[in-house]
Amino acid sequence: MKLITGIFQSTLGRKYIMAVSGAALVFFVVGHLMGNLQIFLGREVINAYGEFLHSVPELLWGARIGLLAMVGLHIWSAVSLSNDNKAARPIAYENWNPTAASYASRTMLMSGLIIATFIIYHLLHYTLQVPGINFTGQDFGTFEELRAGHDPRHDVYRMMVVGFSQPLVALFYICAIGLLCLHLSHGVSAAFQSLGLKSKTWAPILDKGAKVFAIVVFVGYASIPTAVLLGLGKEVMK
Amino acid sequence: MANKLNLTLKVWRQDNAADGGRFETYPARGIDEDMSFLEMLDVVNEELIEDGKEPIAFDSDCREGICGTCSLVINGIPHGGRKGTTACQLHMRNFKDGQTISIEPWRARAFPVIRDLIVDRSAFDRIIQVGGFVSVRTGGTPDANSMPISKEVSDKAMDAAQCIGCGACVAACKNGSAMLFVAAKVSHLNLLPQGKPEKTRRAERMVWKMDEEGFGGCSVTGSCEAVCPKEISLDFIAKLNRDFALSVFK
Ligand code: FES
Repeated sequence: MKLITGIFQSTLGRKYIMAVSGAALVFFVVGHLMGNLQIFLGREVINAYGEFLHSVPELLWGARIGLLAMVGLHIWSAVSLSNDNKAARPIAYENWNPTAASYASRTMLMSGLIIATFIIYHLLHYTLQVPGINFTGQDFGTFEELRAGHDPRHDVYRMMVVGFSQPLVALFYICAIGLLCLHLSHGVSAAFQSLGLKSKTWAPILDKGAKVFAIVVFVGYASIPTAVLLGLGKEVMK
Repeated sequence: MANKLNLTLKVWRQDNAADGGRFETYPARGIDEDMSFLEMLDVVNEELIEDGKEPIAFDSDCREGICGTCSLVINGIPHGGRKGTTACQLHMRNFKDGQTISIEPWRARAFPVIRDLIVDRSAFDRIIQVGGFVSVRTGGTPDANSMPISKEVSDKAMDAAQCIGCGACVAACKNGSAMLFVAAKVSHLNLLPQGKPEKTRRAERMVWKMDEEGFGGCSVTGSCEAVCPKEISLDFIAKLNRDFALSVFK
């Protein structure tokens, strides 16, 4: 009982939840990036990767449900803490100087909620492949790679190329990744602090490390739509 | 001869807890730059009294940076933004002639305004009352060095014990969180052998009390550490996070 109330009710406990769920999501962000970057290795490679991910539905769904739970906990702890935090200062300062608090640290809820909205769009776009929202007039669900001697498989490569060839969609994607970068630049090192794993000696390394990591994530993800807009995969556009 | 400054003050005035409060503007003329911020307010108050007006109510006691009573948000920063300095130790030479200075009380639900710039900080006392002590019978004076404590540990405990409980951390935090205060108070006892036996219970009780008093949570913005007149480190917050986790899993 003490465990449950300590973790789910106290401010510190909810920060543990936020840090742990955030860490899980960071692992996903890295794994997903590794997967996506295979687009640069060609159609064969990324389509095989897509096929591999879908080869064991139990694992795939296990991972999806786990991720959804992490997203749920992350958002729940954020919203519930943020409500408490706002209530703790009912009257705002007239003249306010947010000493030492970075822009990222002051806007975590906003950046997080916009990223969440993007994720919903992103899932409809590439996971559920709802034709109406990709703004290309094509149905990604019908994209198939035909190979001699094999069953046809889903053409992930073509889906990504066609999807990002729509400039507004690509722009939204890049903006969302930019916000993710901002979010991570604070969140990654703050998670260490919330779990009590930060100290003066490590603080500069963790703070800088979080920023470098966030930039690497941004460059990695943004490289894909950028490459498509610059002509990657033109051959499959028809 | 010290330079004289002419300033404009924008001060929060509030008759009592129930009053809505408002800003009022006062001139501060001929202020000696060697005065402290509070002495400057004393000068302004004398003029107000001479004019038959209510003087500005503000808290102070030691006026030498050790008691933690002074509590002013000066130009948007608790204690005025000079590193490691309380408002009572802040000198007027840090301001420019002709400057407008805004002065507000600490703003937090847990620190209700009593009058003008004075807030009720008894929430801090109640947090101390649930765990900020060592419950042992002390008996006679123990022999010196009968309890060996390494220099590293004693230095760290002393760093935490520097906290004067002024509440600037709460005032500066965008969440009105008291984490730095509680972390300092928990750590300075938890680090020492005398405080160790009650380590987890202390962390647990003081954290719950902090939440109950209506302070917000820590979102690691670092504002508290930056404004703390005793430069208490965020390290102690990390330690409190560990000590509370131990209490939860115990
Ligand atoms: S009046 Fe004592 S610390 Fe300022």
